Amino acid sequence: MMNLTLKIWRQADAKSQGKMETFKVTEISEHMSFLEMLDVLNEQLINEGKDPVAFDHDCREGICGACSLYINGQPHGPDRAITTCQLHMRTFKDGDTIYIEPWRAKAFPVIKDLVVDRTAFDRIMQSGGYVSVNTSGNTIDANAIPIPKEDADNAFDAATCIGCGACVAACKNASAMLFVSAKVSQLALLPQGKVERQDRVLNMVEQMDKEGFGNCTNTGACSIECPKEISLENIARLNREYLMASLTK
Amino acid sequence: MTKLNSKTPDGPIAEKWTNHKNNINVVNPANKRNIDVIVVGSGLAGASAAASLAEMGYNVKNFCFQDSPRRAHSIAAQGGINAAKNYQNDGDSTYRLFYDTVKGGDYRARESNVYRLAEVSANIIDQCVAQGVPFARDYGGLLDNRSFGGVLVSRTFYAKGQTGQQLLLGAYSAMSRQINTGKVKMYNRHEMLDLVLVDGKARGIIARNLITGNIERYGAHAVVLATGGYGNVFFLSTNAMGSNVTAAWRAHRRGAYFANPCYTQIHPTCIPRSGDYQSKLTLMSESLRNDGRIWVPKEKEDAIAIREGRMKPVDLPEEKRDYYLERRYPAFGNLVPRDVASRAAKERCDAGYGVNQTGEAVYLDFTAAILRYGQERANILHIKNPSAAEIKDLGEKVIESKYGNLFQMYEKITDENPYKTPMMIYPAVHYTMGGLWVDYNLMTTIPGCYAAGEANFSDHGANRLGASALMQGLADGYFVLPYTIGDFLADDIRTGPISTDSPEFEATEKEVKERLDSLLNNKGTKSVDFFHKRLGKVMWDKVGMSRNAEGLKEALAEIRQIREEFYKDVFVPGTMHSFNPELEKAGRVADFLELGELFAKDALERPESCGGHFREESQTEEGEALRDDTNFAFVSAWEWTGDPKDSQLHKEELTFNDIELKQRSYK
Amino acid sequence: MAARSALLKSSLAKKYWMSLTGLFLCLFLIVHLAGNLTLLKDAADAGPAFNAYTEFMTSFPLIKISSYLLYFSILFHAIDGILILTRENKKARPVNYASNKAERNSIWASRNMGVLGTAIFIFIVLHMANFWFKYKFTDIAMDPGDLPDMYGIVVASFQEGWYTAVYVVSMIVLGFHLWHGFESAFQTLGINHHKYSPIIQGVGRFYSVVVPALFAIIPIYIFLNL
Repeated sequence: MMNLTLKIWRQADAKSQGKMETFKVTEISEHMSFLEMLDVLNEQLINEGKDPVAFDHDCREGICGACSLYINGQPHGPDRAITTCQLHMRTFKDGDTIYIEPWRAKAFPVIKDLVVDRTAFDRIMQSGGYVSVNTSGNTIDANAIPIPKEDADNAFDAATCIGCGACVAACKNASAMLFVSAKVSQLALLPQGKVERQDRVLNMVEQMDKEGFGNCTNTGACSIECPKEISLENIARLNREYLMASLTK
Repeated sequence: MTKLNSKTPDGPIAEKWTNHKNNINVVNPANKRNIDVIVVGSGLAGASAAASLAEMGYNVKNFCFQDSPRRAHSIAAQGGINAAKNYQNDGDSTYRLFYDTVKGGDYRARESNVYRLAEVSANIIDQCVAQGVPFARDYGGLLDNRSFGGVLVSRTFYAKGQTGQQLLLGAYSAMSRQINTGKVKMYNRHEMLDLVLVDGKARGIIARNLITGNIERYGAHAVVLATGGYGNVFFLSTNAMGSNVTAAWRAHRRGAYFANPCYTQIHPTCIPRSGDYQSKLTLMSESLRNDGRIWVPKEKEDAIAIREGRMKPVDLPEEKRDYYLERRYPAFGNLVPRDVASRAAKERCDAGYGVNQTGEAVYLDFTAAILRYGQERANILHIKNPSAAEIKDLGEKVIESKYGNLFQMYEKITDENPYKTPMMIYPAVHYTMGGLWVDYNLMTTIPGCYAAGEANFSDHGANRLGASALMQGLADGYFVLPYTIGDFLADDIRTGPISTDSPEFEATEKEVKERLDSLLNNKGTKSVDFFHKRLGKVMWDKVGMSRNAEGLKEALAEIRQIREEFYKDVFVPGTMHSFNPELEKAGRVADFLELGELFAKDALERPESCGGHFREESQTEEGEALRDDTNFAFVSAWEWTGDPKDSQLHKEELTFNDIELKQRSYK
Repeated sequence: MAARSALLKSSLAKKYWMSLTGLFLCLFLIVHLAGNLTLLKDAADAGPAFNAYTEFMTSFPLIKISSYLLYFSILFHAIDGILILTRENKKARPVNYASNKAERNSIWASRNMGVLGTAIFIFIVLHMANFWFKYKFTDIAMDPGDLPDMYGIVVASFQEGWYTAVYVVSMIVLGFHLWHGFESAFQTLGINHHKYSPIIQGVGRFYSVVVPALFAIIPIYIFLNL
């Protein structure tokens, strides 16, 4: 059982000024997940008649990408290859002080407390993160085009991105390159996506720039902090795809 | 008295869907532009329906309570999606998938719907591949398959343990494309709080903007509810924290019948619970049962020794282990359907053979598979006389490539390495087969109100087979609803836009506001979670994996009691017009408290055992579920009359023309 | 329409130009270093050799053209890097973290390219003012071979302790800048392959240690020996 000091960013809404506030929680089991620890805090706040801390979360099994906390100076906390909901309290020690902050980026404005607006990612996807195929019972048979296993596996690895935004949060420039590159790579690697690859990469990068994300300076922080360990090779592929597209289109 | 008309088309089962499509009304492309459709929910069914409807020309409004449509809980589905492609040349066919699904559902599903599902299943795979969904492939570049419980063929397509994610992102990208063209208008962080009926037809919804807290009106010519299941009535389940019944329940209260609420799937392979603080349970894909063997110790002393930490499971010799599924069900072994596997685990644990501190866990062991695969790889790599360590190493790599992310997830949660020590698993609430009653067109008993995916009751009977939820969600959204909705909308080509200024919208909005105000002004002393946990405990203990009349009657009284206390003593902080997650939860739990009662009532009034619904009074001598086809071969569709205890039962008789009704056997 | 402005305005275009100018400057550094190394010869040979080298560098037409490309590259690399990228990137995060452990996910040099680059730019200004400007715009003494005696100016400069120290520190800064910049330039151009990237990385690290070190040895050598 642990007793902890929490320093949490509180902000009433997008327009208000926020600040760090200090809370204490006691008797935290090391088997709890980080979010369950926050549940304990919120239960405590509600019982005291106070406003609970707002944070995004949903599936609590590391796949929906909703949870998004900057914990002790790192997105999704100190552990690697996991999301906040998979972070367990056994990572911390009795008496620790834990800083909990929202993702910080101009493109991700705070909605309340630790909740940020990540619809910029949706808009990037809308600008080209798809294959333009209508629903039809008559597309070609799924096995008509064999896809080399390596390409399929690499496409899958890129496609595992959960859109949580940890890459943006970790990047000192709040760049969204890893997110964009994951989708561009997935579709550039598959024959189905190759038809539109040039328009896709141009449009997605244009939208990314419009949203106000910073520029990639190849620090590699995004990939290290990515819960799905999306590789920097994807960013290189994006750079390549974009260069070819802008030279020829 | 009953107005249940399933509208099942005539003709031989294999021709019903084609005939039906040929004969229903169609809206011409120019007129589709004048018709609005609301789709609530952005999971597999919702996103695929929204995308497909928009592609056809309808103006679609899609709503999701999450911050992005990509977060719908379909994303968490792990194992795979079934399709009768017969790529493995193992004799699969539309009929076999149909048969397996009806049998797996313990003969409580509507034949015609299931056949259609099997029929369109192959199209789903084609569609998803065309969208760029990266399914697993073999070395020749063709699609790979795995096996799932309750079937004798390999028909499950997968993308590691993230199939749901990949399929959802496919549907999400299809919808994103339509958002880009303006044909879909997306409303993130909006929660539907009521359905608006005008002249008896569903003509819109009242939704709360979860950021501003404003109550907003949206009109349309039809409303599609693709809002998922209600497993969270148990508080602890594998559902996402936000998964809820509110949209479906509000439609139910407006006249949509709720079918088979008691059919709940308890998934056999979940990570066991560890303490009272637990907020949710985590599923370990059923695909693990392809390679994992389930066991508990044969001797109670050994089980106790393991529980007390005096013995390690790896040290227990083979002959002292009880591979109880292989023992009881030699034909299907570890791949029996979920309900059977879950009950068998409960039976062993109740008998005192559980292996963790709570006594509620069994082992899922990969040692045999690691050795088998390791040997296979060694042969392929021409390693002569490989050492045991080498084989283990090679085998672990194969297992990692198949289930790597699941093993990693397990280790993160439990702090135990499943390559070294067997996984511990226990059943948990996972999926609800019950849902809004729909006809063959997926329309509820409210004209113009449709239900798709897990939100409806239609295809899985009393138990769903693994990898069939994804199939059903996408079948409904891509290939069924876009056709069948035209039959209703064809009458609306001259209706014009639906005004949200009508008295009906006004009245419904007022009710919603009053409901929220009363929750906020209650100023009680207990949090919403406090009541939700109590409800969950009653549901799990008395309406869970096995049920009896006495327990169910107690549950009915206790749920009522909790509901009354909830309205007296709940405390909801914050205000209506702000971002207020507690208020969201309060509304959802209020609806769960009503649904829970109907759920228990439904279970009580079905004294037979079938699929996921196990009544202790109705079992064979060997403890297997015993159906009563003479008296209970029907769908229970409940009509809201103002209080769950007074809900009125309507029966849709199930007739089986193409499958012989048999007692299920997986022995 | 996206395509038309893509090579000029997009975030990636700025990076391509950074990368190309950066790699060009890396190439230049080798040529520059080759000339400078003549300073390490015996005092008697070093003077004529170095003066011949400076004369060649300022009169050979191809080199002259390259020199304009070089000035442009330096200015572009600095303006694009400091004024545009670094400023834009700061704007992309208006509120900073109260607790940030960036050292756990990236190396220090990679996060401080703007600062390192600014220091290098100041150094280049100083460097050019002292040598290039003097050579071009002032009268300087001739050596016995009737070439402008740059060697004399160089030796005189590095006999100042503080001046040598500035050079040595600047070369350390350059080393850090290159440590990240070299590899990064290839990544930006899309060259990242699990087979070849380790080679690029190895060459980059070798380059970023050896080249600045050799540059730094020269002033130290002059300071200590002459």
